[in-house]
Amino acid sequence: MELVINEIKRTSSATPEASLLSVLRDEFDLTGTKYGCGEGQCGACTVLIDGKAVRSCRTTIGSLQGKVVTTIEGLEKNGRLHPVQEAYLQADVFQCGYCASGMVMSTVALLKNNASPTEEQIKSFMNGNMCRCGTYPFILKAIQEAATKV
Amino acid sequence: MEPKEKMLAHSAPESEFVTKGVNGINRRRFFKLLGSGLAVILVLDDTLSLATPNKKGVAIGKVPEDQIGAWLHIGENNIITVFTGKVEVGQNIRTSLAQIVAEELMVPVTAIKMIMGDTDLVPFDAGTFGSRSTPAMGSKLRKTALTAREALLDLAAQAFKKEKNSLKIADGKITDPLTRKSFSYGQLTKGEQLIQTIKDEGLGHPVEQWKIAGTSVPKVNGRDFLTGKHKYVSDHTLPGMLYGKILRPPAFGATLTAVDLSGARAINGVVAVHEENFVGVAAPDLPTAIKAIAAIKAQWQTTDQPSRADIFSYLKKNASEGNNSRNSGTIKGDIKVGLASANKTLQQTYQIDYIAHAPMEPRAALAKWEKGKLTVWTGTQRPFGVQSDLAREFNLKEEQVRVIMPDTGSAYGGKHSGEAALEAARLAKVAQKTVKLTWTREEEFTWAYFRPAGVIEVSSGVKNDGTITAWEFHNYNAGPSGIQTPYAVANQHIQYHPVNSPLKQGSYRGLASTANIFVQESQINDLAQLLDQDPLAFRLKNLKEPRLRNVFEAAAASFGWGKSKPAKDHGFGIGGGTEKGGFTATCAEVAIDRSTGVVKVIRVATAFECGAIINPRHLDNQILGAVVQGLGGALFEAIHFENGKIINPKFAQYRVPRFKDMPAIQIIQLNRQDLPSAGAGEAPIVGIAPAIRNAIADATGLRLTTLPLAPQGLLAYLK
Ligand code: FES
Ligand code: FES
Repeated sequence: MELVINEIKRTSSATPEASLLSVLRDEFDLTGTKYGCGEGQCGACTVLIDGKAVRSCRTTIGSLQGKVVTTIEGLEKNGRLHPVQEAYLQADVFQCGYCASGMVMSTVALLKNNASPTEEQIKSFMNGNMCRCGTYPFILKAIQEAATKV
Repeated sequence: MEPKEKMLAHSAPESEFVTKGVNGINRRRFFKLLGSGLAVILVLDDTLSLATPNKKGVAIGKVPEDQIGAWLHIGENNIITVFTGKVEVGQNIRTSLAQIVAEELMVPVTAIKMIMGDTDLVPFDAGTFGSRSTPAMGSKLRKTALTAREALLDLAAQAFKKEKNSLKIADGKITDPLTRKSFSYGQLTKGEQLIQTIKDEGLGHPVEQWKIAGTSVPKVNGRDFLTGKHKYVSDHTLPGMLYGKILRPPAFGATLTAVDLSGARAINGVVAVHEENFVGVAAPDLPTAIKAIAAIKAQWQTTDQPSRADIFSYLKKNASEGNNSRNSGTIKGDIKVGLASANKTLQQTYQIDYIAHAPMEPRAALAKWEKGKLTVWTGTQRPFGVQSDLAREFNLKEEQVRVIMPDTGSAYGGKHSGEAALEAARLAKVAQKTVKLTWTREEEFTWAYFRPAGVIEVSSGVKNDGTITAWEFHNYNAGPSGIQTPYAVANQHIQYHPVNSPLKQGSYRGLASTANIFVQESQINDLAQLLDQDPLAFRLKNLKEPRLRNVFEAAAASFGWGKSKPAKDHGFGIGGGTEKGGFTATCAEVAIDRSTGVVKVIRVATAFECGAIINPRHLDNQILGAVVQGLGGALFEAIHFENGKIINPKFAQYRVPRFKDMPAIQIIQLNRQDLPSAGAGEAPIVGIAPAIRNAIADATGLRLTTLPLAPQGLLAYLK
């Protein structure tokens, strides 16, 4: 299978039913995308597919023909953080950070479609991303901050 | 040229070479690892501390394990490396401990490198739990840093040929103000191998003058978590590594009666392992490992076990009378007299469910055997505990086992153990290859351990003037932490009754105080209501501890306690307590939808005081995290189990707080610079559940007596 990940063409030797999450992590060593549940519930595995936030644990690579995948490793350009990453960094949001990549990827997708979301829209879009450390209110602030920069 | 070796003036005399307790770190290795420089070692009893250098290059002498707390090294490159057995699980102690050292050494935080939780490199530490890192390790590191500062001043005094106190120290440099000449720390230690033990010399910076400690230094390695660069255990790979998978029994306590591994072994590259009840495989990739497990035929014998449906009567029936462990029994005055002298009495029984920590990163381990030495990367709050578990299991000396703990995807008291480490090491030993094992979410929910379930019975009495006359409190299995009442009651009987729990249970954020303080604060609320008294005023009448009174008053003031409610079916509640040296109180406002029975938590104010604050921003995070986690335990978290099986081992079935569950949360930090800093990871969890419960009582008159309060909503109660 040919996949386009972070603007690079890569060939996976996994079967089409393999989950994108396992291919990213175990085949391409892109371990920034995390496993949290494998059931589409926690959002730790969120990546962008054609700019939309998708749970990579519930996505088979067979479904990715002609599509473009972006992972957390693909956001930073020439040593410069994406404005969403920068906003999270400035807000010093995280505790254990395990949810961080998923939060960042979901935020990038959210702001792509809605440059100035309301608090309710943010909560509802981000509801599929869990942070067990409970940093939600800080994430909310970081997203509002990022919205002014993106 | 070999660097010079010398000891500083106050080093201890030669002593016997024993590496045990310092885990094989000796002088030569130490400096080989770090380059020459100044090493400061915290040894509590420094008469035994150090050997003078000898031909064997052995320096660190006979030191009992619990005597070495930490050490730090200042290299000629000006890098200050701090070694501690504490681990980072999201509480941001990598940052706050670095702040403490930076403060006393007067360098920026970026000059400090923290080496944490690696049993080959750091001194022994019992573990990261019980909110001990800040009070215990923080003050050890402060002393270590102070000693280093004094030693550097000594070196500078020699170099300048000046009096020590005539020199100025700032920004990692020591300057002679007269000549304006200065040396960096690195220049002072250059080419030397200096070892210094801790002395109680030199004064720490007074809290009011803190420049680095006490400020909101951002998470030191924060960027790596935002770029995916940070490697959690499950992100690590090693060349030739195999993926492990375990065959799980169908129920707790099941015994394997027959197993056929041939199906798994027939698959290319698969190693299958069977040792007593343990069956697992290692395979070149995860899908193959999963396939191999599916190909194993096994028969298990199971035994009947209690289920969620009968757990509370089970706990009551199987309880012991109490034991002699800490907090186990308090008798003051005479309960009978207390109840007889009361104007009103109230007996209530509370039921607390088992709940899961559900850290976002499930357990994982990477195990490697090399020349008889076992190295395991795993996320545990007790690296040295896991090291000795592994040594015992494989009949090794502790020095033959190295446990490395990268910053981990949280724990909340749920990662004291090393299950995945043992499993991965077993597989790796047989496979003779490195093995990585990552638990699935379902495994994490099933095979880790839980916060205890419990039954708590309270019998209490009050006088019309608000004096509490009787407090009888029997706790069955919920655990003893936080069981004592902070309220002044002349007649008390408080007893913890341990039970052999049907589910594996263990530590949790705030331990049993999440249950005990919930019950205490619910009962207190209901006593106030019986008397038609304001619950806050009633508390303050019966509370002596000023620190607890302060947080109650602070939470109430910010919340607007006593103000009128915004609408019908809204309720206000308050609850609080003390745990692990921290004091907390929470006020909550709820709104009840009477047609659906849904409880919505509208807003919360939590006040917290834990002495002098080291990092306000990260303290906010800890308080917030505790409140949010407590919200889950209050409203919906409960483990369901039936005859030895967990029946809700998924996030779709075990609900944890999400964005939409967030109330407006206000945090009030009380900074007591006159008091030593206590930990903050646990205590702020205890107020939220009773505050919500009491707010529901305020809105509806319902006195809920379960945790979680009403996972199905209130409809059934309101009818
Ligand atoms: S791992 Fe994909 S949603 Fe949890
Ligand atoms: S910071 Fe730990 S899960 Fe979000």
